[in-house]
Amino acid sequence: MEAIILQILNGLDKGSAYALIALGLTLIFGTLGVVNFAHGALFMIGAFCAVTLSRILTLSYTVVDETKTDFLGNPAKVDVPYVYDLFGQATGDAIIDWAVPLSILFAIPVMMVIGFVMERGLIKHFYTRPHADQILVTFGLAIVLQEVIKYFYGANPIPTPAPQAFTGSFDFGAALGFDPNLIIYPYWRIIYFVFAAIIIGAVFAFLQFTTFGMVVRAGMADRETVGLLGINIDRRFTIMFGLAAAVAGLAGVMYTPINSPNYHMGMDFLVLSFVVVVVGGMGSLPGAVLAGFLLGILESFASMREVLAVLPGLNQIIIYLVAIIILLTRPRGLMGRKGVMEE
Amino acid sequence: MLGLEKKDFQLLLVVAGLTLLAPFILNPFPESSGMAQFNAGYPDLMQRFVIFGIFAIGFNILFGLTGYLSFGHAAFLGVGSYGAIWMMKLISLNVIPAIFMGIVVAGIFALAVGFITLRRSGIYFSILTLAFAQMSYALAYSVLTPITGGETGLQIKSTDRPLLSNLEEGEIGRANLFGMDMRASFELNVGDWLFTFNAGYYIAAIAMLASFYLAIRIFRSPFGMMLRAIKSNQTRMSYTGLNPRPHTLAAFVISGMYAGLAGGLLVAMDTQVGPERMFWTASGEVVLMTILGGVGTLIGPVLGAGAIKYMENILSKINKDVLHQWFAFLPDGLEDFVITLIYPFIGKGWHLTLGILFMLVVIYLPGGLVEGGQRLARALRGKKASDEDGPKASTEPAE
Amino acid sequence: MGILEVKDVGKRFGGLQALSDVNLSVKENSVHAIIGPNGAGKSTLLNCLVGKLIPDTGSVMFDGQSVLGRTPHEINQMGISRVFQTPEIFGELTVMENMMIPCFAKRDGAFSLQAIANMFSEKDVVERAESMLEDMNMADKRHMHAASMSRGDKRRLEIGMCLAQEPRLLLLDEPTAGMARADTNNTIDLLKQISDERDITIAIIEHDMHVVFSLAQRITVLAQGTPLVEDDPENIKGHPKVREAYLGETA
Repeated sequence: MEAIILQILNGLDKGSAYALIALGLTLIFGTLGVVNFAHGALFMIGAFCAVTLSRILTLSYTVVDETKTDFLGNPAKVDVPYVYDLFGQATGDAIIDWAVPLSILFAIPVMMVIGFVMERGLIKHFYTRPHADQILVTFGLAIVLQEVIKYFYGANPIPTPAPQAFTGSFDFGAALGFDPNLIIYPYWRIIYFVFAAIIIGAVFAFLQFTTFGMVVRAGMADRETVGLLGINIDRRFTIMFGLAAAVAGLAGVMYTPINSPNYHMGMDFLVLSFVVVVVGGMGSLPGAVLAGFLLGILESFASMREVLAVLPGLNQIIIYLVAIIILLTRPRGLMGRKGVMEE
Repeated sequence: MLGLEKKDFQLLLVVAGLTLLAPFILNPFPESSGMAQFNAGYPDLMQRFVIFGIFAIGFNILFGLTGYLSFGHAAFLGVGSYGAIWMMKLISLNVIPAIFMGIVVAGIFALAVGFITLRRSGIYFSILTLAFAQMSYALAYSVLTPITGGETGLQIKSTDRPLLSNLEEGEIGRANLFGMDMRASFELNVGDWLFTFNAGYYIAAIAMLASFYLAIRIFRSPFGMMLRAIKSNQTRMSYTGLNPRPHTLAAFVISGMYAGLAGGLLVAMDTQVGPERMFWTASGEVVLMTILGGVGTLIGPVLGAGAIKYMENILSKINKDVLHQWFAFLPDGLEDFVITLIYPFIGKGWHLTLGILFMLVVIYLPGGLVEGGQRLARALRGKKASDEDGPKASTEPAE
Repeated sequence: MGILEVKDVGKRFGGLQALSDVNLSVKENSVHAIIGPNGAGKSTLLNCLVGKLIPDTGSVMFDGQSVLGRTPHEINQMGISRVFQTPEIFGELTVMENMMIPCFAKRDGAFSLQAIANMFSEKDVVERAESMLEDMNMADKRHMHAASMSRGDKRRLEIGMCLAQEPRLLLLDEPTAGMARADTNNTIDLLKQISDERDITIAIIEHDMHVVFSLAQRITVLAQGTPLVEDDPENIKGHPKVREAYLGETA
């Protein structure tokens, strides 16, 4: 029982990341009809937004501190971050400590702008071209984006810790009445899951309850008719692309404390996220979210020691295996609609 | 000639000439000159040109003709490699049975994968093939370690005693063709030039020419026409009483066997294989090659494979020092500025160049380098020759 | 017994009963028209005949054999060819190649490994395709890309491709929809000529009454998914039920 709860929890954070990326992919596919292979790169850029902000916050100048000496006996040089001057030392430290959550504010406008530029500058010209061309051009874009990041940030993973308040673990077992220390779960992962749930809820609420969302949903169902109503659907779709980029970016920002970001993390996630989208059903938002969590949890169950003893390596292939089985038995995925991407 | 139309035969002759004379053509710069690092005429790289040429030709038979974009083609290359190396470890160090084994194993694997994946089309097909390839990679990397050697892969070791060989105790077997070592080379010194004629390269080159010839036959055959018809209009295909799926499956298997041949040849050259050969980036690479060269054209994939392998091996070796030598004639400030501008695109950054090049091709030149060449040729010839097509016409996209 | 016997066919899409109790008998070597107002279920019925849809109830027999549960290419190989509302041709291929493909299909069947080998012997197919193009008056266009032709020529090519298979039943789905008057008349003449010269049964779905009454020997009127009347053209013209169904649309 404890083991099962633990695996479900373990699956949640990866599942959250899959779900967020798959949600963005589906938004783009559903509204614009474009298969975006560069979406993983957006996730990666989001993660590097966090890296960038924490670097900006720790930008410092050097002063000579007469009260201390270094190991040679000379007066010590101390790096003083500029934020100290602006906010004082205590607040400054807190700001640096909270760099990752603060990056959310930083990443939203950055990702939106990147999304707008991408859509207006490139994707727009591919609406009428075959899906194969869309895959190819966004694949090329993904390579370019990841190489640019590699050029500026290097090829090695960059550790970006969570605020100190969240570095500990929560003893789920004790809270649920089991023996202590059986189900230990890091705080940050809980936060990641809650954060993902809020974002997903916000996107759904936005689509469900605003006029803007209503038009977009109508556009997903029947683009031409909505266009005929004289509604400027193109502008709204551009905004949707920005939104999807922001969702992927935020997923990346918050993921940095779980996995140190490197330039190819986007592609690693993209391959799986595509599988998630296809399993959930191309163009179905609830399907994408459901499949994201489902596959995340399945993956974590497959990595249990008891399972691996029977079927070694199952954790490596479980997602692909499930995808193949689902696609062959339910060709439209779990919640796919008729008429989306068929022949 | 050889059952080909005149212009196709001319193309084949040109390709044959270029491949057989490659040791000369790829080594245009004297050894002592600063340009020598652009020489690509060494055996290792030349082998890669032709082997990946075969891989891309095969991929093009599937994608170029039927329009089914497989994102997991490297799996067949990998499986072929594993098949070939086991043949060498167990049966014979002769490359012929090893290569043959590579083709057969890849063909069978492609039949199984194609049977399942071709039940869907479009993006679903791409994702399914990707899933299969990633699964094969994961299996080779971990689960199937006894067969695949896991992360380290397989090599021919001193303990391997193939049935049909008479190796000394402790001797490490070498790949050969009826006794001729794959690594045997004949070197020709002409003045400041060094030309290397390598046995392995010529075997791979002959395999490439045979593959190329077969690809021309397939492209021009009614079977090729059927495949193009599938790409053009599957509805009409079914309502004309033709079952599209076995046609596509046949193309898929042929294409997989090409990949197996390439995999077998890779093993024949360097007698080792690792799981990274099946990673999805390797599948992405063959897509890049084919698109870059010109999808659906005969010569395009070969050109694309050559271009990418050249960039990977030559462009990536240019470092800052080399740039400083080149631009030494500029005033210092300007020199640094120019080098700062260029540096991100070369050396370790060659992938960036590749990505940009690839995007430009997809956006502006859907016919790839071949279309670029045709446009250039048309522009040069001007209007007067606009209605007469030279030998270039044979490389026109077959749609 | 007609060559095509439709018995008690019904088809439901969710809450919509698209077809119910459709009975239809098409006589061999006749031209049979199926008419009806928009939404009467004409296209659904056609899709049930060619294997694109499977009816919920009833049976469809072609020449004594059931077509239900067979795929479109199998049904085609039984001898039913279909012409679409918007011409379905191989746009990227040349006119000649377009014509060769049905000739291969006729000679080698849906697919067999033998067929791949046979495909390398194409002389008889080329000859056949050439003569079909002559018949269709399209020989001069043989090297054109099919997509670059006019709509009328595409229609002509599509009909020619269907005839190249020597089908016993030719199904046409509004073959003159969206055509100019002259093209429509050309198509009528072409179909008349086909029906006179060949051993072929034609079933045609049509909106344009001019086309229907120039061609049909027998007419079925469909309304709200069910046949209203089946009779000879002269009896249909003044039929009260038909007038009612069309609300004076064509009367």
